[in-house]
Amino acid sequence: MVQKVHVKIVINDKPYEADIEPRLLLVHFIRDIAGLTGTHIGCDTTNCGACTVILDGKAVKSCTMFAVQANGKEIITIEGLAKDGKLHPIQEGFWVKHGLQCGYCTPGMIMAAYQLLKRNPNPTEEEIRWGISGNLCRCTGYQNIVEAIKYAAEKMRGMS
Amino acid sequence: MAVEETLPPVGVHGMGHKIRRKEDMRFLVGKGTYVDDIKLPNMVYLAFVRSPYAHARIKRINVEKAKSIPGVIDIITGEELEKAGLAWIPTLMGDKMMVLPTEKVVFQGQEVVAVIAEDKYAAWDAVNQIEIDYEPLEPVIDPKKALEPNSPIVRPDKNSNLVFRWEAGNKELTEKIFKEADIVVSQDFYYQRLHVTYMEPVGCIAHYDPVSGKLTLWMTTQAPHVVRTVFSLVAKIPENKIRIISPDIGGGFGGKVYVYPGYVVAAYAAIKLGRPVKWINTRSEDMKSTAFARDFHIHGELAAKKDGTILGLRIKVISDHGAFYGDANPSKFPAGLFSICTGAYDIKAAYVEVTGAYTNKPAGGIAYRCSFRVTEAAYTIERLVDILAHELGMDPAELRLKNFIPPEKFPYKSALGWTYDSGNYPAALKKAMEKIGYYELRKEQEEKRKRGELMGIGISTFVEIVGAGPADLFDIVGIKMFESAEIRIHPTGKVIARFGTRAQGQGHETTYAQIISEILGIPVEDIIIEEGDTDTCPYGLGTYASRSTPTAGAAAAVSARKILDKAKKIAAHLLEAREEDIVFEKGKFYVKGYPDKYKTIQEVALAAYTNPPPNIEAGLEAVTYYNPPNMTFPFGAYICVVNIDKGTGQIKIRRFVAVDDCGNIINPVIVDGQIMGALTMGFGTSFMEEIRYDENGNIFGGSFAEYLIPTAVETPKWELDKTVTPSPHHPLGAKGVGESATVGSPAAFVNAVVDALWHLGVKHIDMPIWPWKVWKVLREKGVASDE
Amino acid sequence: MSLVYPAPFEYFAPTSLKEALELLSKYGDEAKILAGGQSLIISMKLRIISPKYIIDINNIPNLSYINESEGYLRFGALTRYSDLEYSDLIKSKYPLLYESVKHLADPIVRNWGTVGGNVCYNHPGNNLPAVMLAYNAEFVATSLSGSRVIKATDFFLGPFQTALRQDEILTEIRIPIPKPRNGGHYIKLERRVGDFAIISTAVNLSLDYDGTVREAGIGIGGASNNPVKVTKAEESLVGNKINDNLIKEVGKIVTDVIKPVEEPFGPPADYKKAMAGVVTIRAIKQAIKRALGGV
Repeated sequence: MVQKVHVKIVINDKPYEADIEPRLLLVHFIRDIAGLTGTHIGCDTTNCGACTVILDGKAVKSCTMFAVQANGKEIITIEGLAKDGKLHPIQEGFWVKHGLQCGYCTPGMIMAAYQLLKRNPNPTEEEIRWGISGNLCRCTGYQNIVEAIKYAAEKMRGMS
Repeated sequence: MAVEETLPPVGVHGMGHKIRRKEDMRFLVGKGTYVDDIKLPNMVYLAFVRSPYAHARIKRINVEKAKSIPGVIDIITGEELEKAGLAWIPTLMGDKMMVLPTEKVVFQGQEVVAVIAEDKYAAWDAVNQIEIDYEPLEPVIDPKKALEPNSPIVRPDKNSNLVFRWEAGNKELTEKIFKEADIVVSQDFYYQRLHVTYMEPVGCIAHYDPVSGKLTLWMTTQAPHVVRTVFSLVAKIPENKIRIISPDIGGGFGGKVYVYPGYVVAAYAAIKLGRPVKWINTRSEDMKSTAFARDFHIHGELAAKKDGTILGLRIKVISDHGAFYGDANPSKFPAGLFSICTGAYDIKAAYVEVTGAYTNKPAGGIAYRCSFRVTEAAYTIERLVDILAHELGMDPAELRLKNFIPPEKFPYKSALGWTYDSGNYPAALKKAMEKIGYYELRKEQEEKRKRGELMGIGISTFVEIVGAGPADLFDIVGIKMFESAEIRIHPTGKVIARFGTRAQGQGHETTYAQIISEILGIPVEDIIIEEGDTDTCPYGLGTYASRSTPTAGAAAAVSARKILDKAKKIAAHLLEAREEDIVFEKGKFYVKGYPDKYKTIQEVALAAYTNPPPNIEAGLEAVTYYNPPNMTFPFGAYICVVNIDKGTGQIKIRRFVAVDDCGNIINPVIVDGQIMGALTMGFGTSFMEEIRYDENGNIFGGSFAEYLIPTAVETPKWELDKTVTPSPHHPLGAKGVGESATVGSPAAFVNAVVDALWHLGVKHIDMPIWPWKVWKVLREKGVASDE
Repeated sequence: MSLVYPAPFEYFAPTSLKEALELLSKYGDEAKILAGGQSLIISMKLRIISPKYIIDINNIPNLSYINESEGYLRFGALTRYSDLEYSDLIKSKYPLLYESVKHLADPIVRNWGTVGGNVCYNHPGNNLPAVMLAYNAEFVATSLSGSRVIKATDFFLGPFQTALRQDEILTEIRIPIPKPRNGGHYIKLERRVGDFAIISTAVNLSLDYDGTVREAGIGIGGASNNPVKVTKAEESLVGNKINDNLIKEVGKIVTDVIKPVEEPFGPPADYKKAMAGVVTIRAIKQAIKRALGGV
């Protein structure tokens, strides 16, 4: 008999409940059970960061966590960033500064930026580059992503 | 929940405007539709058992344990496919490739058995339970040895490891020139095997409707129409009953043009089982089995006068093709467009030969933004020119300026047969030199050298050849390389335009809309661009090798102008004037001299349906299959400055200036984005990326833990600039640009490192330039520091 | 090959240390402790290991803390790398430790990976084992029969092997509070950020007013299959006034002592050997600057 664990995980303020195998990766729970496919899978060695989400306020690579570990916790994914029909400043920054091309690394990159700016609302260029060092992008060469995050940081400082 | 645009609309914006991308919204809110995001009712999952051996006979496959795993539905072997005539399929280059093997495996990581299960986890549990007895055979790893008479043969269906022999140029004239030259420089280069590692691995979903007999495939492909035609011929399904949809693609870069076994097995299984089948590679599988790039063993020679005038070029290449020859090269060019290797220089005599060999490695070669082997060509000539300059004691910039094809010589016919459409190489190089402060840097270098500090300056002035291609020379499996654009204006003035290309991040939904907006004066917001669905889009050859702007962009312009012609007739009818008297400006038609009495393009569109002139059909649309009269030849000048750490051998990129010329630019922000992305790939290529095999064919570099691509931390800050030399034959004067920087940058990086070390007697270091390679040289020359 | 989904296992999430230890006792070597999971879960996905039982200790209270008491810096084994990275105490007073976690892996992995996990895993490319040797750290291992203290010098036995018994959980890591005028530095030579070390050096020094070295710790990671405490180099420093020649000597000793393992496609052994000396010299110079009050 395969063990099943009952979990309740809140994602973007909405609860999701299911009976799952302990080995189910958190990213698969998010994509296949909650149906939120904005979080992507880009590798199998925890290098690429495309699967980054925020769990109880801390960024995590959701491919390197079991869904059972997130039982009773709260997650924010890319789908939960825009509020009341308006883009989050980070999303706006990526749009205005051409911080994405194919879009595959983008959700993870934005969530990493979210964590970075939460910790450090006024990062230098170097701090931004270190802050996204866990997220790989093959299209942009990172330069516009850095500009996008600078734009977002400035806007968020202006808003607070 | 719809997300409203937080920024004001863009309006009419055509060529040269820096507008935001139209496609971004869905990606920003996590609503992109990549293949793995699609879920169909009743869908099942396909996973492969892959070979641990590079070369081995398959003695026995035991699936009994796997069958008993709950959720396993079917297990397919090569034997079953053989009965259906699908164990082998033709490749895009006229070779064949295994889908699943029947007698032996030919590369480590090759698909051997397919498992289909209700969910992913069960499929992988079953993969883990399949037992295969292999009898290892001696693998063929070195392509040079592969061509020797006593080598083991890779392919069960062939009796040698020779793939092709190709040559271009005038062998006798070149030999004569070399004999008479004052100086000949020669160098061996290994352009290492790479993998482009798009962030989304390869995959597909196959769905078969038994009632209508229609097969639908959502596929990570850059060339959906060609794949559809090939599938139809191979599977013997009528072509109008196959629909290939390329949804959003997470990066392609040439690696997603190939037809992979997973596509075929998924389609076969979908038909057999009557359920949709999803197959997605994991990253490690993808790196071990999908199209690699480069792997050219190059011997290059340059002949010159002692005053630096280049007289002749001679290159010999052995090309490692892996186990199957499946490139998406134009069929007449087995070595791609390598013959662009005379580059920016007026070289009178040249001869190149390329020999392709089979080895026990995955298939590939044309991928990773190579522009059909232009990366290898540009690297070779730019390295050779730099070596020549250093041997002669001449400044590498001066030597280039001396040998450039002068601007007045265009269109220029090269010694290897290409007619370059336009170029101004001196202007680009001079601009780069000025921007970086070249002469000051050389002074600084001299002073630093006296103090024992190692600083290097590397130049690369490359010429690209893109926009495949004219019908007389270019075809893929016989299909000419035209490109299509179908534009339709609805009664209320909104536009839908469909193309035969398929972007994987290049921004076509924006740039094509800008072209149409420029010509028809319709706001960019009102123009929807669609690509990738073979049921609705006109036939095209896809997006790769920087061909979209040169071909599809041209087609868009031609179709838009056809529509404008008809619109003028309708406007004349509405304004009760003669067609010759109608002026079109900023979206308005008016009679010459009476600009206040006008009809907008939207009013004309409505009239096309409600009040068309007599003798003219209703509707307002056009379709064009554009046959480019020539390739386009973008170019650039890159200059790189490096510092070398004498203790560790590490290289620090101090500055990198990139001056690109891609003719008239549609969207400068998008163009810069392409260049920066490609420069970063060139940086990775030069310093950290490589796939290697040991003598048993075991791969090193088969996952992201081993194969390293740049992160934001080490990626340099790129300084970009432009010159603009329009293409005389392109309807918009535009050229392609997507691959210019992977073509041009590696030579700039390597030239910089070698330039820093030349005075110590160093002529070349192969890529990737790891710190320990540099340290070894420093140690040998006695300048390595202990601290 | 290339198996990317873990094999099935039974999962426990105990809420007390006692519960966790009981489970560990019960299931023995068929069980694995799940802390940050940033190494364990990768191994399980690739099916390098497939434990039948997973004991998740993340819900056990009092295993994550940072404080100084009774002569030691103490932190709980569940302390995340990012907790150390953002601790003012660590940044200001333990620069070697700070530098070694600041750029470990990447910022997201640092949110979840734990120091305890890093030292217990003892991957030859890991950052922290050599740091622990340089600090003369001690580990507190707890089992159902009580706790014991294991010195770092006795802890690392070989690649992926430590002195931790099967029935023990690492609960605390202690570093003797360094003598005054202390400085430290960590340098990791890597092929690319976030990669395993080609070679890494961990230097911890305390100086007297006149520049005499009062205590010295030097640990080298990444060179061989186990972290190396270069006692010979430490002894050559202690009791002597720091100067350029002495530092050069130390570099030579380190290069001499290190016997790197040759990897088929990796940096050659002679490079690693030489680099051990080069980065140690650089780290010592930076450590001295800090010890003397610079940053």
